[in-house]
Amino acid sequence: MESNAFYVALSLLLNLDATLFQIVALSLQVSLLAVLIAAVLGFPLGAAVALWHFPGRGGIIVALNALMGLPPVVAGLTVYLLLSRAGPLGEWGLLFTPSAMVIAQVVLVLPILAALSRQKVEELLGEYREQFISLGMSRSRMMPTLLWDARFALLTVLLAGFGRASAEVGAVMMVGGNIDGVTRVMTTAIVLETSKGDLPLALGLGIVLLALVMLINAGAYLLGEAAKRRIG
Amino acid sequence: MTSLNVPLTTSPAIFPPPALRFDDVAFSHQGKQLFGPCSFTLEGAGPTLVMGPNGAGKSLLLRLAHGLLPPNEGQVSWSGKERPRQAMVFQSPILLRRSALANLTHALAVNKTPGNARKQLAREALARFGLTASTDTPARVLSGGEQQRLALARAWVLSPQVLFLDEPTSALDPVAIKAVEAAVHEFYQRGTRIVMTTHDLHQAKRLAGDVLFLSGGKVREHTPADSFFTAPVSREAQAFIAGELDE
Repeated sequence: MESNAFYVALSLLLNLDATLFQIVALSLQVSLLAVLIAAVLGFPLGAAVALWHFPGRGGIIVALNALMGLPPVVAGLTVYLLLSRAGPLGEWGLLFTPSAMVIAQVVLVLPILAALSRQKVEELLGEYREQFISLGMSRSRMMPTLLWDARFALLTVLLAGFGRASAEVGAVMMVGGNIDGVTRVMTTAIVLETSKGDLPLALGLGIVLLALVMLINAGAYLLGEAAKRRIG
Repeated sequence: MTSLNVPLTTSPAIFPPPALRFDDVAFSHQGKQLFGPCSFTLEGAGPTLVMGPNGAGKSLLLRLAHGLLPPNEGQVSWSGKERPRQAMVFQSPILLRRSALANLTHALAVNKTPGNARKQLAREALARFGLTASTDTPARVLSGGEQQRLALARAWVLSPQVLFLDEPTSALDPVAIKAVEAAVHEFYQRGTRIVMTTHDLHQAKRLAGDVLFLSGGKVREHTPADSFFTAPVSREAQAFIAGELDE
């Protein structure tokens, strides 16, 4: 009975296991902060690429789309090199801290948010363009209007970004180091328990992680549906 | 803004609205000449109704005049030193995914109206166009007629000197058409230059001061409404009116 993954997952939750709680809290903290930062940078970036036509625009769109598939270990390695003692940002002393994990996840999530928001904003711009020109709006004035009016589509984009951040293990492992009590998150803990051979615990953690992601997505879905019904 | 205080009579405002001038304006797309070259001046009181069969270039003329499309050749110009304030009402209104009120306050914000005056002006315009009950309703769940009235209200808060309307009633039922025509008349009485396209001869008769008749991307005739409907000069307009009446 005690080797059953569901039993382990349930007992971890019911016993309010302090270590589990810490790991879950850090996972959420890192991924949500990374998604927030990526949104603040990525949404305006996506909207700007949708609005302005400049030389090299096609290249940027291709690069953003391609970077959506950036392997987490490559993102991790890049941030690792930047933050390592000998690297250009080594003085910050961020390697193997939660901040480093946030940075690595921003690198992973930013292209997703920028590329998808570019598509959504461009679609909406196609619909609104004549009215905007009629109102005499500049492109920079169009940006906030478009981002706000695309808010429900962007909520879905945000979820895609959060899914990517909460599921990846390569980047946080490389720049965080999976230090117990400091940088251990759900995914790195699962990898560790698997390599130690404690498969029920690994699977139990996996179930908790999945349940959390489901919960967040369900909340966002309900919010979006309710708002969509109201706004039309 | 003196024109706002003109009493509601059937005569237009004292000050004539800005005149619109096309000098050899032409528009082509992918090597195909779609409009012009045409020259004409709209300087009377109007309202000017732009008529013609499908594909005659009516919408194109409005877009060129309003500046939504740049002409390939020629020049569009206005009387007076500055480009007049303009607004346009489209065949299917383009409304933001926000409440009716927010659609108007957004337009006012774009127009740099001070923040504290926006809501008041927006509510007045909603009341004027019979939309008070829909103030907080999302614009895109309004009925077709209400959406078009909201588009007119949005144009109203901008106090345009020139208003373009592109087939504003073609998708509406008779009651909604009547409301839109009444609104057009209110703009007219405020001293706004009206330039409107329609394919409905009866509507044109109800509204027109003068008629600009197009076919094949060219202006065939520009005459006062009275003479256009009774004795059109151009062969194309004669055929158009005869065809309409035969139906």
